[in-house]
Amino acid sequence: MQIVAEGLACVRGGREVFRNLHFAVDRGEMLAITGPNGAGKSSLLRVVAGLVRPSEGRLILHGGDAELSIGEQAHYVGHQDAFKPSLTVQENLVFWSDFLGGGGEVATSLACVGLYALAHLPARYLSAGQRRRLSLARLLAVERPLWLLDEPGSALDAAGQRLLADIMVAHVGKGGIILAAVHGPLPQAARELKLAGAGALAGDGRGAPEKARL
Amino acid sequence: MSPLSALLLRDLRLAVRLGGGALIGVLFFLIVVTLVPFAVGPDLALLTRIGPAMLWLGALLASLLGLDRLLASDHEDGSLDLLLTGRMPLELALAVKAFAHWLTTGVPLVLAAPVLGVLLNLDPSSTAAVAITLLVGTPALTFIGLIGAALTVALRRGGLLLAVLILPLNIPVLIFGVAASSAATAGTVPFRGPLLILCALSLMSLVLGPVAAAITLRQGLD
Repeated sequence: MQIVAEGLACVRGGREVFRNLHFAVDRGEMLAITGPNGAGKSSLLRVVAGLVRPSEGRLILHGGDAELSIGEQAHYVGHQDAFKPSLTVQENLVFWSDFLGGGGEVATSLACVGLYALAHLPARYLSAGQRRRLSLARLLAVERPLWLLDEPGSALDAAGQRLLADIMVAHVGKGGIILAAVHGPLPQAARELKLAGAGALAGDGRGAPEKARL
Repeated sequence: MSPLSALLLRDLRLAVRLGGGALIGVLFFLIVVTLVPFAVGPDLALLTRIGPAMLWLGALLASLLGLDRLLASDHEDGSLDLLLTGRMPLELALAVKAFAHWLTTGVPLVLAAPVLGVLLNLDPSSTAAVAITLLVGTPALTFIGLIGAALTVALRRGGLLLAVLILPLNIPVLIFGVAASSAATAGTVPFRGPLLILCALSLMSLVLGPVAAAITLRQGLD
């Protein structure tokens, strides 16, 4: 499995966020998307998830399910966590597991992220870090090859960061692909896509300045 | 559990939990219809004549109340993004959401109508007629409203705009709903004709509503 972006460009609110973006990520690889605030990291992830249409270019997923779109084979973890405050932790996770196709164990996932004891608590009482852990539980409860993580470590404590690193390493170890927008380092040696903002790409040191090819 | 039944169950749960607002519509319906006898005075013949229209008008306005939250709440907390990455066609997911909304807001209106009929001096047969037309017609109100909910999904205070957009589209439903109810009361035209047209409007909206709403949401992707 390989995800390839060819000449990707994105315009949001009339402003060009990035353009002429090329990258290819193989199975078992992580791609760290870095750059200053507003450089287009979240936009890129939303484009890959199919939630924002690219203004130019295209995305191809080799070796995936041809019947499904890229977004339908991906986990998208954004800034909003899509959990309903009036449902319990377990109800929230069971719903997303059922809706997104399942494949994992809800109870095991909750235990893995340390929320098993809170399974029957309404999600409104969770702290920001606990909500983030619940998002990680969704990654485990539903099996999808491509993970699109938008600042996955935000609000997590030190133990949470280690947990995140563990499940990311385990996922690529199983042949998954991770695209993560981050400000810090990723848990294992990953290639880096630097977005400089306003279409001017800094590249990763290996590519031409305006054409950050990885 | 299948994705669609999971979605139906979730939306039903959300509606009946704290802050879900399932009963707001029926309470509003109750208060609007209760005000009518105070407004027109104790003229029983007049009340009987305008009763079906008042019940329909009350139900139409009450059905608007929860619509602005139908998709906006999912949009705000990011659920809509994940619904889009689900493997269900968006049209089906939206139809299920609208169906859950109808079960929690439309059905209570149908059940409340016979009780409120007493306040408007309706005899049992015309009360039954109004309840039947509401049962047939309220799905159309919800599924047409789904289009408005999709159009105003990203607006912070889209409720009023939604009402302005949707009410004109609901006029045919209102006309044939009241026509069928009045037919049962006055007996000048047969009950069957307008009722069948009402059924047709509902069936059309069941198909058109989710498709149009899905197109709207996809166009508005951002």
